[in-house]
Amino acid sequence: MQIYLPIAEMSIDVLLLLGLGGLVGFLSGLFGVGGGFLMTPLLIFVGVPPAVAVASQANQVIAASVSGVLAHWRRGNVDFKMGLVLLAGGLAGSLIGVWLYSVLRRIGQIDLVIALAYVFFLSGVGGLMAVESIGAMLRQRRPQATRRKLHQHIWVHGLPLKMRFRRSRLYISALLPLGLGFAVGILAALMGVGGGFIMVPAMIYLLGMPTALVVGTSLFQVIFVAINVSFLQAWQNQTVDIVLAFLLVLGAVIGAEFGTRFGARLRGEQLRGLLALLVLAVGIALATQLVVPPEDVYSLTHSPGGGG
Amino acid sequence: MRISLLALALLAWFASVAGGRIAVAASLVADLSNHLIAITTGFTGTDVLLFGAKEGEGDVVVIVRGPTSSISVRKKSRVAGIWMNTDRVTFSNVPSFYAVASSAPLADIAPPTLLARHQIGFNQLKVQAPATVDPDRMRDFRAALIRRQQRAGLFMREAGEVSFLGNTLFRTNVYFPANVPVGVYLVEVLLLQNGNVTGAQTTPLIISKVGFGAELFDFAHQRAAIYGLIAILISLVAGWLPHILLRKA
Repeated sequence: MQIYLPIAEMSIDVLLLLGLGGLVGFLSGLFGVGGGFLMTPLLIFVGVPPAVAVASQANQVIAASVSGVLAHWRRGNVDFKMGLVLLAGGLAGSLIGVWLYSVLRRIGQIDLVIALAYVFFLSGVGGLMAVESIGAMLRQRRPQATRRKLHQHIWVHGLPLKMRFRRSRLYISALLPLGLGFAVGILAALMGVGGGFIMVPAMIYLLGMPTALVVGTSLFQVIFVAINVSFLQAWQNQTVDIVLAFLLVLGAVIGAEFGTRFGARLRGEQLRGLLALLVLAVGIALATQLVVPPEDVYSLTHSPGGGG
Repeated sequence: MRISLLALALLAWFASVAGGRIAVAASLVADLSNHLIAITTGFTGTDVLLFGAKEGEGDVVVIVRGPTSSISVRKKSRVAGIWMNTDRVTFSNVPSFYAVASSAPLADIAPPTLLARHQIGFNQLKVQAPATVDPDRMRDFRAALIRRQQRAGLFMREAGEVSFLGNTLFRTNVYFPANVPVGVYLVEVLLLQNGNVTGAQTTPLIISKVGFGAELFDFAHQRAAIYGLIAILISLVAGWLPHILLRKA
């Protein structure tokens, strides 16, 4: 069944959109990421204009994150204090990111920067996580092997403005989560994603938060980042397609429910290993697109007000 | 919305009546099966029938043009193993839609000067690019512009056929794909006799979004902030609802 998307100005199969939403929702419920890093390339692949894809999937991220946070909150797995500090950094970062976006668009290299950022961060994060989770699985098989120290002291622990995060059982400098939020905020605005796929591993490896709290806390922060992105896009660029967003959201909330249940049966390192594989796969797929000669080296860009 | 559509349709009707009067010696009369293409939520492309009558011998050429705009053509090349945009030419005055139909091959019925004057055929489109672009580069980019527009289904690949019913009646079909841009289109019908235009008529055709989709589009543009907040609210509720339902269950 075809439906005409009024803002994207194209007609598309309803079931395809529900299916995409369901698939991404399942994965976001499973891994605790918004799923933007997956949804944006998929939407562009099925022919949705990139600007509309980036803006509309932010709404899907909002729904998936709210749904996820509620599930984790019930189990007490959200560190709200940490989430708020991350958020403060994230909102500041996304303002810089939106500014960078417009500068790059003027030069005509926004597509390349977005593609490179995707490839770099997806393969980097995916690779690191894969190595770590394989290591964790191996250590579990050989319990006699030397265990990692519970808490390692590196230079970041010498930073000022120390803050106590009771739920995370951490006493670290507030500059750390602020800076992390800021950096991810820039990337989130540039790449049109919530940033969960960078935030989750960074919270585990950089901040040293307990894995159980990471997913809920990052989703809590992602809700507000996605609301900010969605609102700015709707207000400034009129690129949010409510019909598209609604169909994706509908599929996603159903998918997320199944994802969360399925995820409860998997162990932490298995979950991280699977997420790593998924992130790596998307990164490699995008990298090939950059290297393989395009079908036509020419492409068209409609000027503002050009109706397309 | 409905009032403005009505006004547009009336305008189209007046213009078509006026256009008919201007026609040289009334040797040609043509009309469309539909002066308004409504893009609704179920729109997947449509055919419009153009029909008419002519006096005496001669061939008929139909040219359909969408509203013009500026389009940038970017060219990718390989830099350090990665394909990136390295060159760009911006063309102005590019029709968003372009289709030609004729009752005989164009080269047989019209001299090049006539084709150029009425912008019949891709080579005759008066798209404008900065004068600084050298001829070779210009030719490549112009060809790419037409090729990409054809690929998108917005420029017809080859001239359509105008068929005759007896000696006076003629008809042709013009197909508008699902991604057709909205706006006021001009349908030009020419009667050619011995390489001269002896009759002409221009009829406007309006392509517009109507119904729910149109109202959403207008709302998104005129009340952008409220639209954005509603979109966010829907998402928040959609994420929250399953939990209430599940808790009760």
